[in-house]
Amino acid sequence: MTQVTMTVNGKAVSGEAEGRTLLSQFLRDGLGLTGTHVGCDTSQCGACSVHVNGKLVKSCTMFAIEADGAEVSTVEGEADEDGTLSTIQQAFQEHHGLQCGFCTPGMVMATKSLLAENPKPTEAEIRAYLSGNICRCTGYHNIVKAIMAASGQDVSAIAAE
Amino acid sequence: MPADGGIGASTKRREDVRFLTGNGNYTDDINANGQAYVYFLRSEMAHAKINGIDTSDAEKMDGVIRIFTGEDFVEVGGVPCGWEVTDRFGNAMQEPRHPILAHGKARHVGDPICAIVAETLEQARDAAEAIELDLEELPAVIDMKSALAKDSPKVHDELESNLCYDWGFVEENRDAVDEAIKNAHHVTTLELRNNRLIANPMEPRVAIGMFDRTTDEHTLYTTSQNPHVIRLLMGAFVLGIPEHKLRVISPDVGGGFGTKIFHYAEEAFCTFAAKAVNRPVKWTCSRSEAFVSDAHGRDHVTKIELAMDKDGNFLALRTDTHANMGAYLSTFAPSVPTWLHGTLMAGNYKTPLIYVNVKAVFTNTVPVDAYRGAGRPEASFQLERVIDKAAHEMGIDPIELRRQNFITEFPYATPVAVEYDTGDYNATMDKMIEIADLAGFEKRAAESADNGKLRGIGVNCYIEACGIAPSNLVGQLGARAGLYESATVRVNATGSISVMTGSHSHGQGHETAFPQVIADMLGIDASQVDIVHGDTSKVPMGMGTYGSRSLAVGGSAMVRATEKIINKAKKIAAHLLEASEGDIELKDGQFTVAGTDKSVAWGDVTLAAYVPHNYPLEDLEPGLEETAFYDPANFTYPSGAYACEVEVDPETGKVTIERFSAADDFGNIVNPMIVDGQVHGGIGQGIGQALLEQAVYDDDGQLISGSYMDYAMPRADDVPFYTVDHSCQTPCTHNPLGVKGCGEAGAIGSPPAVVNAVVDALRRAGQDITHIDMPLTPSRVWQAMQS
Ligand code: FES
Ligand code: FES
Repeated sequence: MTQVTMTVNGKAVSGEAEGRTLLSQFLRDGLGLTGTHVGCDTSQCGACSVHVNGKLVKSCTMFAIEADGAEVSTVEGEADEDGTLSTIQQAFQEHHGLQCGFCTPGMVMATKSLLAENPKPTEAEIRAYLSGNICRCTGYHNIVKAIMAASGQDVSAIAAE
Repeated sequence: MPADGGIGASTKRREDVRFLTGNGNYTDDINANGQAYVYFLRSEMAHAKINGIDTSDAEKMDGVIRIFTGEDFVEVGGVPCGWEVTDRFGNAMQEPRHPILAHGKARHVGDPICAIVAETLEQARDAAEAIELDLEELPAVIDMKSALAKDSPKVHDELESNLCYDWGFVEENRDAVDEAIKNAHHVTTLELRNNRLIANPMEPRVAIGMFDRTTDEHTLYTTSQNPHVIRLLMGAFVLGIPEHKLRVISPDVGGGFGTKIFHYAEEAFCTFAAKAVNRPVKWTCSRSEAFVSDAHGRDHVTKIELAMDKDGNFLALRTDTHANMGAYLSTFAPSVPTWLHGTLMAGNYKTPLIYVNVKAVFTNTVPVDAYRGAGRPEASFQLERVIDKAAHEMGIDPIELRRQNFITEFPYATPVAVEYDTGDYNATMDKMIEIADLAGFEKRAAESADNGKLRGIGVNCYIEACGIAPSNLVGQLGARAGLYESATVRVNATGSISVMTGSHSHGQGHETAFPQVIADMLGIDASQVDIVHGDTSKVPMGMGTYGSRSLAVGGSAMVRATEKIINKAKKIAAHLLEASEGDIELKDGQFTVAGTDKSVAWGDVTLAAYVPHNYPLEDLEPGLEETAFYDPANFTYPSGAYACEVEVDPETGKVTIERFSAADDFGNIVNPMIVDGQVHGGIGQGIGQALLEQAVYDDDGQLISGSYMDYAMPRADDVPFYTVDHSCQTPCTHNPLGVKGCGEAGAIGSPPAVVNAVVDALRRAGQDITHIDMPLTPSRVWQAMQS
């Protein structure tokens, strides 16, 4: 066991990790941040997406000890302290961009980095960017729509919500 | 217009806030004090004799608490099957035992052989590597037709053969159908496979068993669509635990799509082991494990024949299907290719004679059971594909051929034992033509051609039977339980309401939509109403969520209970207002004496019900809580018309979905936003089935597509925006809300549209192609184009 220290959602935290402990496991079991989900074991689903030093990372592809000293943000850090949802979160709720909610934390984190890189992405750019995040519930329609709305684009012409 | 927040409003979902902020409470987020972990050592062979299991080294390893094998469960019941099908000769299906851990033989890759309980998951896994299994590989039974050959090895040695049942429906029509087909002007024949799928809800299954020695009570947390059904099946048939000593909780569940209906061995194991080792025992399924242990879906091989007169009127339909059951009978497996499939073969059409033959077959593969639509997608697919082929052969426009055969008068009793209460298939067809802009197709096709692409259009109809199910009827059909639903509406003293419902929400938004119904009935704000579900200790009884039944059946129970509440509340109001009960009206949360301005508010009545100073104690018990059970009189029959436009790249065979339009008739709608979302999700899965997904076994029974590297899940860039519409509404006549259900429609209606479109694109390019089996991968399409 190694002591690992990192900043998660702005707070310094530390905990024990084995060499083989994944960052996703460390966040969930070590820190109790269960918003980060694990949907696969081949780094394919994106449910575990977080930001490490500002970059979008699938937290199941990284060992906890590799994140020693890093700045990590997870879905739990997205809303304001008073509970006000972020623009992205609001857009997902407004446009029904989630059903069971299991992929949602990963989708929110992926959207956040997409919009940081590309503030007004096209539909095609959004779909391409999300290719690492699987959602089984929504057929992606309302996720893509929510992301367009979160980036300030008019989505009223997109069929049915 | 709908009242704000009532029936018909696109109320935003209240559950979203916890999911969006990471505060959902999924089963894997729960950890019990002192919990141990279980790892299942699963068979890597499809079919093997277990000659010996040596756990001695493993038992000595760090952290190992106990290792279980099949021997530990010989006195325990097997995993039960909930539906018994009678074959066409009047005999019961062959029903093998399904042990909790394999005993004697392992029968599919993934069949659990040992369960290692240890302090940590890593220790359990390490110990599994130290177990020595002495397995003798047996020839695997994989292909269904060979499985039925006389000399085939048997999946279950104690059974006569690998045939579970040979079912004929309607058996009395058999000869008449044969005769009609023999004498028909034209018969269109199609052989096809409905590809084997894996449901893949994004949350893998999880189970945590607990045992309280002070009370003798078991608790199971599990990722189930129907915790009460698990309590019933596991308590009564597997472990012998009476219901009052067994609590089953399914908290937030990350999608189900059918595969979380069933009672699984791992649930029973964790419950059993928690008592045996006196520790909570947790199992979290990895995705790789899910591929070989979650029940799969579909996997039908079918020959369908449609007989017509010279004008294209349908005269008779005959189908011959082999349906894969896998190695054991999962909870609902026998019902899927029979009653959920054969009864839908009339589709939207007045074909007078229908005969459906289904042979259900055991193979050395993971059990196959219901997946979104369950039987109905298989029915729609073959029917809508054969009609498309028939239209081509007869030189009739596919839409016109459908229209001319539509059922137009309701109620309509089909020749396959069901009665459609309402529908308007021309209306949904018209709507589809409009929203899909079929008029603009040729122009778009020309543009595609300019870009070197082949454009095609596919249309189809579908019908499904949902709102499962009339208990008496399904009992006659072999269901071992009735399928009613219950709800308890508890009005609290200050007027807020808790609704205990047996329906379970795992993405469908019940927490938002159900209160809309109650708010509408009572004229109070929906925020006053909370839904309680997923816990057998809080909800008296429930049959759960599947078959698009939550609102149609669970919602109806809730309406009935609320009606009882209104009746009683009116009595209390009458007393408070010193009026006669018959004069009391409830509107906007106020009880008023008709024709006067005397009124009393909802909150005053509820307060009086619990803490009265002034109450008609002689006539009425205090309190305001009512329960209702609702048993539907019939299935509900949502229907619709779908259109898909594709582009095929002639160089590579790659298919791109350019447009997808769905016009559905779901009867009345409570929350249009949620309904749209359900349809979108179903279409996404249907496109997945049509273009991408397939569970592939090799001849040795190895699952080749056992991870997301090989099993192609639809991703955001595989699908377009969809155009969906549900403005055509013919309300259900036999439930109080007039609702039909919308959860499965998209998955039922979309695969034939996609395949029809691809075949159309190739035909327009001059190719003589009548069918390509799903999934229409680039290599399959390309190969079809070369031949
Ligand atoms: S859990 Fe990390 S990608 Fe699936
Ligand atoms: S909302 Fe269920 S997986 Fe995306």
